[in-house]
Amino acid sequence: MPTKFQRWKESITATDIVMWLIGFALLIFIIMGSILTLRAGRYTPVQWFDFVIYGLAQGSIYALVAMGYTLVYGVLRMINFAHSEVFMSGPFTAYFVAAYFSRSSLLESHPVICLIVVFIVSMSVSTLIAFLLERIAYRPLRNAPRLIPLITAIGASFTLMYLFRGLYGTGFQAYPVWEIFSGKLPIFEGFAIGKIQIFVIFAAALVMVTLYLFIQRTRIGKAVRSVSEDKEAASLMGVDIDKTISITFIIGGAAAGAAGVLYALVFKQVFFMMGFIPGIKAFTAAVLGGIGNIPGAMLGGLLLGLLESIGPALFLDGFDIAAPYQLKDAIAFLVLVLVLIFRPTGLLGERLAVKKA
Amino acid sequence: MEQIRNIWQYGIKVGIIGGIVLILTALIGMIEVFTQRQIIADVISMGHSLYLAAGLFICYTAAKRAVPSKPLSVISCSIFAGLTSSFLLVLLIILGRYLNLRIMFINASDLLLNNLLTFGIQGDWGLILLLTAGIATGLITGLFYLLPDIFRTVVLWSLAGLAFAGVLQELIRPIFANNFPDIVSEWLLTSDGLTVKGASLIFFFIALLISSWSVKGERIRKIWLDLPKKQKSTLNITGAIILLTVVLIAPWRLGLFMSEVMTIVGLYVLLGLGLNIVVGYAGLLDLGYVAFFAIGAYVTALITSPEIMSLTWNLWSAIPFALFFGILAGVLLGVPVLKMRGDYLAIATMGFGEIIRLLVLSDALRPYLGGSQGIGHIAKPQVLGFVFKGPQEIYYLIVAGCLLVIFVSWRLKDSRIGRAWKAMREDEDVAQAMGINLVTNKLLAFGTGAGFAALSGVIFGSKIGSIYPHSFNIMVSINIVCLIIFGGIGSIPGVIVGAAALIGLPELLREFAEYRFLVYGVALVVMMLIRPEGLWPEEAHKRELHEGKTNEATG
Repeated sequence: MPTKFQRWKESITATDIVMWLIGFALLIFIIMGSILTLRAGRYTPVQWFDFVIYGLAQGSIYALVAMGYTLVYGVLRMINFAHSEVFMSGPFTAYFVAAYFSRSSLLESHPVICLIVVFIVSMSVSTLIAFLLERIAYRPLRNAPRLIPLITAIGASFTLMYLFRGLYGTGFQAYPVWEIFSGKLPIFEGFAIGKIQIFVIFAAALVMVTLYLFIQRTRIGKAVRSVSEDKEAASLMGVDIDKTISITFIIGGAAAGAAGVLYALVFKQVFFMMGFIPGIKAFTAAVLGGIGNIPGAMLGGLLLGLLESIGPALFLDGFDIAAPYQLKDAIAFLVLVLVLIFRPTGLLGERLAVKKA
Repeated sequence: MEQIRNIWQYGIKVGIIGGIVLILTALIGMIEVFTQRQIIADVISMGHSLYLAAGLFICYTAAKRAVPSKPLSVISCSIFAGLTSSFLLVLLIILGRYLNLRIMFINASDLLLNNLLTFGIQGDWGLILLLTAGIATGLITGLFYLLPDIFRTVVLWSLAGLAFAGVLQELIRPIFANNFPDIVSEWLLTSDGLTVKGASLIFFFIALLISSWSVKGERIRKIWLDLPKKQKSTLNITGAIILLTVVLIAPWRLGLFMSEVMTIVGLYVLLGLGLNIVVGYAGLLDLGYVAFFAIGAYVTALITSPEIMSLTWNLWSAIPFALFFGILAGVLLGVPVLKMRGDYLAIATMGFGEIIRLLVLSDALRPYLGGSQGIGHIAKPQVLGFVFKGPQEIYYLIVAGCLLVIFVSWRLKDSRIGRAWKAMREDEDVAQAMGINLVTNKLLAFGTGAGFAALSGVIFGSKIGSIYPHSFNIMVSINIVCLIIFGGIGSIPGVIVGAAALIGLPELLREFAEYRFLVYGVALVVMMLIRPEGLWPEEAHKRELHEGKTNEATG
């Protein structure tokens, strides 16, 4: 009678050992880097605090975009590659409204109303694009083999990106600055939080909580959850699958539109390729939290934002690596790959990923 | 009565969708930029052809959905569609008079709105002309739709061929200029666009070809199918030899520009064939393929360039090293992703590809890999003092590489490994139950693919002479996956066709590079919607896709 340990020992393959070695080496690297950095004392507490706040602000934007990926993955089991263009289309269009406000000095007299209008425009454009995307490109392929929707999504992503490039031009457009968001709010001797960061974190939290309650509490939300659980059973219970999928895209689009304006307010510029990198990061966040899981997307977004802003300083600076901040994206991708390798279900993930992916 | 209402509604619906597409085409500046190239000199430009073709297509779509047995219904449906879409354009033009659209839409120029869209007539008469043109297009399309099938096919193909010839005149011009007396090319082509005589010649030539094929085609196919096997293979071999000869003499007959285009296409064929093994044969979607291409190129650069390691070996000695490191990287990156499937595999490999690019780009590794400055002075290949310098010489290197890779993939396809890959592609669990070792076979696929990519990297590096991290971004991987799927997944001729269509065509239309990726994206989406098996599909795969549809619809 083999003991549990013996059976476990027999089930180990060479691959597993290689993977453990990789994981172990990385762990050592991270710990070494952190110790070295902390011992060198290169950053003051104020700087660490700033990193955390920046990370949280960035992370809440990722979390909003990640909602779109996670929702769509939940109902369709596909990676909506074009979601990054849904994210871009809103703020890029809203730029022209914002620029008009800025020219007509409405921005100075009624900043809050202007901000609300910009949000509404951005969210409606993103929603419209997401809706059309599903209607035109994805719906006819509902039953196609897996590879085909993925390629369609890549194609749709190109199409949207270069459509907006053709419409609005190739240049970077500088977003107007809202005076109410400039400057910092001091909280404790030396420690201060940028007003824009506060706004981003709170606005993102507001949108996320609203959407979460919408999905948890309303009838439509229930339909969305049932479709992502089991499409056939949901349709037998009288849920209109097509309509529910459209609604899922609409919710994701609205979140992406809001995230887009926040992104534009932080980075103060928009251009046609602005969606690409945040899109991949947001997807990483969704995977990190457990794809298909809404609280997971939020958690994943915040964690990724933090890792990205603290990571280069904490893990890499200690090794005296030149310009560690250039490797910020590499850290994000590394996190993505590691999560996929070691915990494909993500932090809060359910059984989804292993079998169905 | 009901019927007539439906026709109204349908025609207007199609017209609105078509009108929006037309407006977008105009606003992104496509029509204006395309008017720079003439299809038929001084008669019609590419922009206007696009404009008219879109109009025809809208009306045709509307006509197709009407009741075919009632001629009146077909014609009125198509007229409604034409009228509605031209009406939307009129609205755009009127809007453009009162508002400055350029603040938002940078391409909404005065020239476009008040001249090009109204066929050169300005003012209110232009708007009336546009509406009339909408009705006329609808009427002509409706009448055309009612003609017998054979006539429609012939005219459509001939028009398409004519447009193709006009668009690809840069390709046709050197063929005629280099191989025929001047008088022929002057008769056929002017410095911009086809001549009227040339255009009608092409039109009637294609019409003749198509109509004779539709009469005799079936019989010729039957004769071919009935040929004894031996004769068939002789004919096949003769065909292959002729094709190879054409491929080999092509660069000297087509000139420098075309050779450059062909080397680029060849490079992508090489990359595509490598990835075809991973994606097409083994069914592992790898979006980080460019990493192995980069490894091949960087190993070559390190070994042959004096800039970093001050080794200046010749290019041939770099090939084994590049292959070794490429395959090694393929296997090493393959190990962690062994258990992943489908989308997850795609994302993980994409992550690897980006990590490698970001590492190469970073300042941290600059002393070893050159950072964003790249590495220059990569050796050119030489044989006994003969240096492969220009595109015309490098071309032969690429053709040789392609032939080698084609041979290897062709032999692998039905070999033991190839069949194991195929089983794995269809269903991993079943394959494993049948005794196929997933680990070895997956790693073999990754390794083989990576080796081919590294080989293309060597050729790429020595062709360009200096390499930068920016040449190895994610777009390259996506391009390669797309060309494989566009051509037909798992099919060797499909990769060649896909590379010619997705890489070659855009290279030929360089002046419209702005719209390259837009057209690319639209082509991918449309292709997946109407012909997911690709242009030149592998037989088995095509069958599966069509079976899959019925199966999955029920299950």
